[in-house]
Amino acid sequence: MQINGIQIDDTFAEAFNMRGTRVIITAQNHKWAYHAANAMTGFATSVIGCGVEAGIEREMTPDETPDGRPGVSILMFAMGSKVLMQQLETRMGQCILTCPTAAAFSGMASEDMISLGKHLRYFGDGFQTSKLIGGKRYWRIPVMDGEFLTEETTGMVRAIGGGNFLILATSQPAALAAAETAIEAMKTLPNVIMPFPGGVVRSGSKVGSKYKTMFASTNDAFCPTLKGVTRSELSPEIESVMEIVIDGLTFEDIAASMKIGIEAICALGVTSDVKRISAGNYGGKLGPHLFKLHDILKGTAA
Amino acid sequence: MSALTFTLKVPLQQSVNCSVLTPDNLAGKTIAEIAAIKLIKGKNQLLAGDIFDISGTDTQQLCFKNTTAKLDYIGANMNSGSITVEEDAGAYLGFGLKNGEIHCKGNAAAFAACNMRDGLLKINGNAGDFLGAGSEGLRKGMLGGTVIVKGNVGDRAGDQMRRGLILIEGNTGDYCGSRMVAGTIGVLGELGAYTGFNMHRGTLLLKKQPQLHATIQDCGIHTLPFLSLLFKSFAQYETQFSKLDSMRVQRFVGDLAYSGNGEILVLKT
Repeated sequence: MQINGIQIDDTFAEAFNMRGTRVIITAQNHKWAYHAANAMTGFATSVIGCGVEAGIEREMTPDETPDGRPGVSILMFAMGSKVLMQQLETRMGQCILTCPTAAAFSGMASEDMISLGKHLRYFGDGFQTSKLIGGKRYWRIPVMDGEFLTEETTGMVRAIGGGNFLILATSQPAALAAAETAIEAMKTLPNVIMPFPGGVVRSGSKVGSKYKTMFASTNDAFCPTLKGVTRSELSPEIESVMEIVIDGLTFEDIAASMKIGIEAICALGVTSDVKRISAGNYGGKLGPHLFKLHDILKGTAA
Repeated sequence: MSALTFTLKVPLQQSVNCSVLTPDNLAGKTIAEIAAIKLIKGKNQLLAGDIFDISGTDTQQLCFKNTTAKLDYIGANMNSGSITVEEDAGAYLGFGLKNGEIHCKGNAAAFAACNMRDGLLKINGNAGDFLGAGSEGLRKGMLGGTVIVKGNVGDRAGDQMRRGLILIEGNTGDYCGSRMVAGTIGVLGELGAYTGFNMHRGTLLLKKQPQLHATIQDCGIHTLPFLSLLFKSFAQYETQFSKLDSMRVQRFVGDLAYSGNGEILVLKT
């Protein structure tokens, strides 16, 4: 398949089941909401080393937030509910409780509700106050800037992580510029995050390693400097590959995000120096969700 | 279907317990069956048909007309539907109310919303003492739901209240929020003596500064973000409280005689 002179490989991205949650962070203004949200979603690029994958889903206007202040919504994903709950509590305590004027609210309802401020309340040392408003329980914890307000719980749902595509270009600046274009387009969609720095990852990995202690290592088949010494997937003119990884609440959300991202790159045309779009997978044996690039772009993925 | 209507046809000298006349108990019954229901009056029993003219068919929607303060326990332990009381109601209006809505267009006597668990109780007139309190011997008062009183209320409003919301547009008597454990009471009018006496936790949201006793301490004027959520929740009710928008309050905490952590918030403009 070719779109606007850019080849789309007949391959698929392989994704895994995860648990996801959404938290709404509000503050006096967007500047402080972002300070809180950026801290909370910091060091959360990959479950391999960070426990969770997290990112800012979108900015929210005062009309959209529970307390009528400017806010941002955060999505957070982990491989299991236990890790997600643990990470959410730790990050709430260190990043939101500490951030001036910040407040946290549930961003979704579900059967399984998990702790948001439920245990954080003990920071109040007996001066904390609970309020049940409109069927939802909130905690008010006295802090030095006034009062920290947090909802007691938030929802947790089954989600999917690891949707991805690879951008193969003739130069590093070209590959990165194309990736940035894709990220800008993908950020407009709800229910997904791209957890890596700037949404882009340059160190795609394969399963296993020659070293016994490593369970993931560099994806040598896509490393341009190894073209002559490994079973490379790259043609001679490819000099740089960037990957975009997507976590989302549903298969459809990730498929829509991949589609809009790849289409944005293809719209740049051949002058972008992007030659191919491919995807990372493990032969279809590890992850239950397969995102076939051709089907996604035709709108027939399911 | 028209509302099932009970029109009081005789003047009452003694109080009558109307607790069995709720939508849950009357569902599926004919008017003849309803007229034969026994009500308790003092030590004696009488039939509903003896004191009420009964008409209408919708047992989910009850209406009491020509009522007086001698009709006690209207809507007691009700679990669904609605009850309208066109004039005054007696004691224990909405006693143990679990769900549904009761609207009293006149005054209610003492112990309205006593032991209430959920649902909505609206009183257009005044309410007596012990609004939203617990019944005798219980250690907990109201456990949930919303009470809106347009008029004044008596002493001990929200006594031992455990959860829920009481909004009083008029004045309150003495000991408002006494022994309160949790929940929220809003008062737009004046308050009597010993407001928040032995208050443990919970919130009193007041428009006017009451005379507070020594063991309720001033913690200063603050902007509290949770008030925006509380005000938003008032919007669904037809009440003067839905017009509140200032999050600036003077915060008093007590009752320290009880090591209490209750708060009295006085709205500042």
